[in-house]
Amino acid sequence: MLGAGVAGAPSGGWRTATVAGVRRSVPRSVQLRLDVADRVDHLPGQHYVVRLTAPDGYTAQRSYSIASAPGDPLVELFVERLDDGEVSTHLADVVEPGDELEVRGPIGGWFVWDGATPALLVAGGSGVVPFVSMLRTARALGRTDLLRIAVSVRELELLPYADELWAAGALVATTREPSGIRPAGRLSAADLVPLWEPGQTAFVCGSAAFAGAATRLLETLGIPAAAIRVEQFGPSGGAT
Amino acid sequence: MPTPTRGFLGRRRERDPRLPPGQYDVGADWPVLAAEPTPRIAPETWSITVDGRVENPTTWSWDEAHRLPPSEYRGDIHCVTTWSKFDTRFTGISVDSLLEVARPTAEAQFVMATSKTGYTTNLSLADVTGGKAWLVWEFDGRPLTPEHGGPVRLLVPHLYFWKSAKWISKLSLLARDQPGFWEQNGYHDRGDPWRQQRYQGD
Repeated sequence: MLGAGVAGAPSGGWRTATVAGVRRSVPRSVQLRLDVADRVDHLPGQHYVVRLTAPDGYTAQRSYSIASAPGDPLVELFVERLDDGEVSTHLADVVEPGDELEVRGPIGGWFVWDGATPALLVAGGSGVVPFVSMLRTARALGRTDLLRIAVSVRELELLPYADELWAAGALVATTREPSGIRPAGRLSAADLVPLWEPGQTAFVCGSAAFAGAATRLLETLGIPAAAIRVEQFGPSGGAT
Repeated sequence: MPTPTRGFLGRRRERDPRLPPGQYDVGADWPVLAAEPTPRIAPETWSITVDGRVENPTTWSWDEAHRLPPSEYRGDIHCVTTWSKFDTRFTGISVDSLLEVARPTAEAQFVMATSKTGYTTNLSLADVTGGKAWLVWEFDGRPLTPEHGGPVRLLVPHLYFWKSAKWISKLSLLARDQPGFWEQNGYHDRGDPWRQQRYQGD
């Protein structure tokens, strides 16, 4: 059964963030390093909302996962640029260091790692971002032993935070090209079996299609539905 | 008014009046969002229970629910993640017809909706009565898929869509409001999209 999230997970209201850094290390995406005034520290897995305002008062807002650890003096958001995205195109193409952005966060108390529970983290594409926050938190705590990470991307070039993920021993499945000795193909039970241990909480993050497939895979491995937490984003991917 | 964001003009200058503030038109798509694995529930094993502050706690099977007067919703739905979907058509029954049988007591002011997965969401009784809420099993004339809450979901279209609990199994009437799943996790207790009641404190 779906349990409670982290009781009393931190949440913050609207703040002004100053863009301290803009990095474009992966095609069609941007990493924004934000200096958030009067910031409420987050838990790894929480997200922020970014709101853009036009001169006539029109606003558009979207949610983005946090990649940074709570101890980072800046908040790092990873934004995937969608060609028809009203907010993501602005963040990826227009924003420069020194710009001010309205942000709200942290938000959410369910898709959150407590820093103490063994966890299996399964991501599709940019769904890996909250897991980067968890990994950075684990490093700060000296508890990277608690995390097992599997991530699926089309091509290695599209994997955000690749160096950190490789260093953490993440399993990287590539669907359109081989990854090391692993042939091209979707995440399979054979990929996940070595990562699974009793007592883990499983976190799944990705598109609806990816999350559906990955949770079914985890259930076939015998992981109880109650131990699986899901975060989905983006369009339905053809599901009706 | 907040300070304009440098360089941002916004794309959609012609706002559809059906679009609440901060929302965009998702078009033909229907994004899927859930916090848990999608359960596969056979209609013959599904049931809906109305209990708590009622005179006549009642459980309806799939067949029994289908014998209640059919009711349809045609209109728009709004997700807190900022998409809205226009001109949807859902078919099922009105929550009113369940409450007519279960008969809420005078103390009943709130409802906790519970899903088969344990997901919960809280509503005021006023928000689910008077033709404002449904239990639905068809979307656009076809059975509701498991991803979208099938076989049966709650539909409360005048509130953000997390209130429309998928895989609905129980409506418990309460004298006092209690936060549900997302409401415990930072989201608003009522969730009116026209007032942008997205998060606690809005």
